[in-house]
Amino acid sequence: MNRSRFDFAVGLFVAIGLLAMAFMALKVGNLAGFDSGTGYVIEARFDNIGGLKVRAPVKSAGVVVGRVESIGLDAETYEARVLLRVYPNYRFSKDTIASILTSGLLGEQYVGLESGGDPVYLAAGDRLGKTQSAMILEKLISQFLFSKAAETPAKAQ
Amino acid sequence: MRASFVQLISALGHFFTSRIDRLGLAARFAGALLVSLSIALGRLPLMFREVYFSGVRSLSIVAVSGLFVGMVLAVQGYEVLQRYGSAESLGVIVALSLVRELGPVVTALLFAGRASSAVTAEIGLMRATEQLAAMDMMAVDPMSRVVAPRFLAAIFSMPFLAAIFSTTGVIGAWIIGVKLIGIDDGAFWSQMQANVDVRIDVLNGLLKSIVFGTAVGLISVFEGYFAAPTAEGIATATTRTVVISSLSVLLLDLLLTVMMFRGLS
Repeated sequence: MNRSRFDFAVGLFVAIGLLAMAFMALKVGNLAGFDSGTGYVIEARFDNIGGLKVRAPVKSAGVVVGRVESIGLDAETYEARVLLRVYPNYRFSKDTIASILTSGLLGEQYVGLESGGDPVYLAAGDRLGKTQSAMILEKLISQFLFSKAAETPAKAQ
Repeated sequence: MRASFVQLISALGHFFTSRIDRLGLAARFAGALLVSLSIALGRLPLMFREVYFSGVRSLSIVAVSGLFVGMVLAVQGYEVLQRYGSAESLGVIVALSLVRELGPVVTALLFAGRASSAVTAEIGLMRATEQLAAMDMMAVDPMSRVVAPRFLAAIFSMPFLAAIFSTTGVIGAWIIGVKLIGIDDGAFWSQMQANVDVRIDVLNGLLKSIVFGTAVGLISVFEGYFAAPTAEGIATATTRTVVISSLSVLLLDLLLTVMMFRGLS
């Protein structure tokens, strides 16, 4: 086999390989995840974040508008400090409410943003005033049991 | 009684010293190979010839294996997932297992069996028929003329082959999951895209395959270069290439996985 046949076969091989890599980047993975360096970071504090993880989606009206950048504990107030990176093309008002929600019954947890009516928009580094913590199943069950226990004597009479 | 005890201890000692000896030889060989790389990189057509024999000729086996592995993953994954009512996550499971682990690892194992064994036999036979010595006599450095191009070809081919394996695997899972079982097409792809990260998963997978290519390439040329110049010696060297390559790929995979994916979630 002469030189040009080798070149052709190797060129074809490389082309198919690059095509496969492009397929993995664009169709299997989401290259949009690459631009995680852009956008602005806002801070939200929660009493309890439940099972929220770094890189979990930030959604507003069900649309992904950002990602959870980092999670930490404030050593003085014992609140969870969650940094949210919001994509640059979305703006939210100053009185936006952040809550930790679950997609589906057993699905992943995400941060939901509900924009308020304040005409001033959130800027990078701002802290959200109102937050709603994750629902913890154990707490819900114990609340339910307490309320049941409270109403049972009334029924017994 | 005492003599046999001493023999046992020396046998144990020989077992380890001979292996450490071999490891030292391999390290010195790798050093010499590194030096000759600069010359080999100046003569890339030699490498592309080897890419043809190692990489391009492995294309069909890698693509077909990927397709079947993806299909099997889809069938098995669906069995478990539908019990929990989350069959749509099939795409995620298949794509993550392929891109992170199976793509690089199985490709490296196939490459070791399909291409590296041939490289070992080829260089071993060159040694046995004194072609390497003849080159040396003609002032042609066999390291940069014969060994380095084959080593580079393994590193060059592996990421492409791994990418092709993962791609055909995902397509295989799509055929089984979406076309035959009837999972929703949109959910299959969107869940996959939402959970596969280009940097963490895809790039780390390709990085893995480059490391595996280096290991498999080095082992194949080393075993060939130092094969005993007999028919039996070449047979042993070929076997050793496949065995040692497979084991080191699996061990390296464990180390790389711990380094790359631990503490992510």
